[in-house]
Amino acid sequence: MPEFVRKKRPKKQVIIELLAEWGIRITASFSIIVIFLIFIFVFREAGGLIFGTAKELKPKVEKKVSEADIVKPEVYNPETGEIEKIKEKETKKKKDSKKISIWENIAGSVWQPVGKEPKYGIFPLLVGTLKVTFIALLLATPLAIFAAIYTAFFAKKSLREWIKPIVEILAGFPSVVLGFFCLVTIVRGVNLITTFLQPALDGLAQGIGFILPFAKQFFQEALTISEFHYSAFVGGIGLGLAVIPIIFTITEDALSAVPKSYREASLALGATEWETAFNVMLPAALPGVVAAVLLGIGRAFGETMIALMATGNAALISWNMFHPIRTLAATIGSETGEVQWGSLHYNILFFLGILLFVVSFTINAITELFVKKYLAKKFQGA
Amino acid sequence: MMNTISIAQNNSKKKIKEFFATGIPLFSAYVLIGLIFLLLAHFIWHGMPGLSWEFLTESPRNNNTEGGIFPAIYGTVILVFIMSLLGVPIGTATAVYLSEYAKQSSIFARAVRFGVNTLAGVPSIVFGLFGVGFFMQFIGKGIDTATGSEIWSKPSLLWSAATLSVLTLPVVIVSVEEALRTVPQELRAASLALGATKWQTIWKVVLPNSLTGILTGSILAIGRGAGEVAPVIFVGAVYSLPELPNSLTDQFMHMGYHIYVLATQSPNAAEALPLQYASTLVLLLLAFSLNLTAGLIRMRIRKQQS
Repeated sequence: MPEFVRKKRPKKQVIIELLAEWGIRITASFSIIVIFLIFIFVFREAGGLIFGTAKELKPKVEKKVSEADIVKPEVYNPETGEIEKIKEKETKKKKDSKKISIWENIAGSVWQPVGKEPKYGIFPLLVGTLKVTFIALLLATPLAIFAAIYTAFFAKKSLREWIKPIVEILAGFPSVVLGFFCLVTIVRGVNLITTFLQPALDGLAQGIGFILPFAKQFFQEALTISEFHYSAFVGGIGLGLAVIPIIFTITEDALSAVPKSYREASLALGATEWETAFNVMLPAALPGVVAAVLLGIGRAFGETMIALMATGNAALISWNMFHPIRTLAATIGSETGEVQWGSLHYNILFFLGILLFVVSFTINAITELFVKKYLAKKFQGA
Repeated sequence: MMNTISIAQNNSKKKIKEFFATGIPLFSAYVLIGLIFLLLAHFIWHGMPGLSWEFLTESPRNNNTEGGIFPAIYGTVILVFIMSLLGVPIGTATAVYLSEYAKQSSIFARAVRFGVNTLAGVPSIVFGLFGVGFFMQFIGKGIDTATGSEIWSKPSLLWSAATLSVLTLPVVIVSVEEALRTVPQELRAASLALGATKWQTIWKVVLPNSLTGILTGSILAIGRGAGEVAPVIFVGAVYSLPELPNSLTDQFMHMGYHIYVLATQSPNAAEALPLQYASTLVLLLLAFSLNLTAGLIRMRIRKQQS
């Protein structure tokens, strides 16, 4: 027996081994650390806002004539007393607006960060982001899911091996290219078809109004074509293109992961291929499909370049899908470059970043912890 | 009698259902494929006329209506090169941990996986803010106050590359891990049986055998990084530069940013359109050729394995 006793490894080797393992472990923790760092440092830059230390730096002198300047000459009166009165009023107004706290300002409904009285109401940005995300998902989800169903269940194997890489091509389109496509081409297409689309949309609104009378006005408003070129609808098409590959790929994976035995059992019971697909396989893969849609929402919510280039970037609040909007991400993208470091505006832009981060984190956590666990449980032992 | 009628009715109903249940997926799939080909055709059709050797090798002239985009190509290539130098080692180490060291049940391994997946879902613009908040305002300022200089806290090539390397980390990790898993277990067993330690096995056997996988990961990351604009808007990309960047602290021209600014802020957008399409096509070709190469390598690995 003693001959087989393992030789002790040289000390140097043992040390190298330990160093390597711990080096790799520590490097592996980098991904977790980065998540924390993102949170901490984006928070830190928004800190002035959260801890109330942000100062309203004097806005740079605008070349544009501000509203107050226009109003003054109109009410100008040679009597000096009159002018003073007006000035008094103005200062009073300013004092009143100072009383509004930062948070009330943020909760407001006007986003107008540059000017004498900057307004940082993020409500229109939220509405805009949700609106364009909704349109994008409305366009992308059915197309992507049905295409995934076709690919997973109906297509021949040889065809299937073609479809997946082709859809991956779409995933490889840089978002700035899709944004450019919206900016130059889709906008023209949309404007072209809207001329004869309006009666159809009116009809649609009427039809919906007939079924759901209380929603009639809403749909009439939502589906009225406006004179704006760039709109939530144009942006929604672009974001839809960006979201399709995500939803398609994850849905297809989830559908293919359903055990073959499910299909065989269903077919053996006399169900046809499509009955099996829609009544057996799709319900079984539903959590995966939900995850796909959720991740699609996350992508559309935070997408910057397409939103920046195609949605018109006007912070309007309306239900009309042909009105321009301004998204959270696009606001950060277009304003952070020019803002003064440390100003209130700067803090608020980072605050918007936190919002985006928290939303994406939450969506991801839901898919990770809830949906995947559910899937694993379901197919264990199958 | 009743029965047969109802069955017949059922059958015709079923036929209609079947028509839609198989037709709609088929239709969707072909619409999707058609859309993608249309997009590709559109960019090739409009981009090809502007593409020339001069376009790839010259600087823009006359408000981007003449000349080329060489500085933007140069800036992008340098950027993704530095990015992969920073990101690939970290990504590879993480993948080695996940595939070689981690036990499936360990909390740390699950946390790492969660971190990687979360990172993949963070909007790219948030990485841009992170680049400003962490790299520029924290690390850069730190270096500046330590050395008394003023260059590190400014937007630069280095901070852009660092930001992008964080953004593309999940891409590297996922594809390297996949490659590591295709290395046959027998090879590891043989190496260990010959008396090699675990680290020796990884370093001398596993990693060399998954070199193509690491390459694939880097290529995919580069393809992704080259197309991302949002993260570099405030950490280093500029619209035009008198000369090429020659140090890590210089700013740089970037193809995606170039396309963005040209498309949205150009005074003569219509005149610049042909060259803009050409720039877009160059960016697309760059991204696709990288993705295609990675895809082909991947396919070869998978075929070898099966």
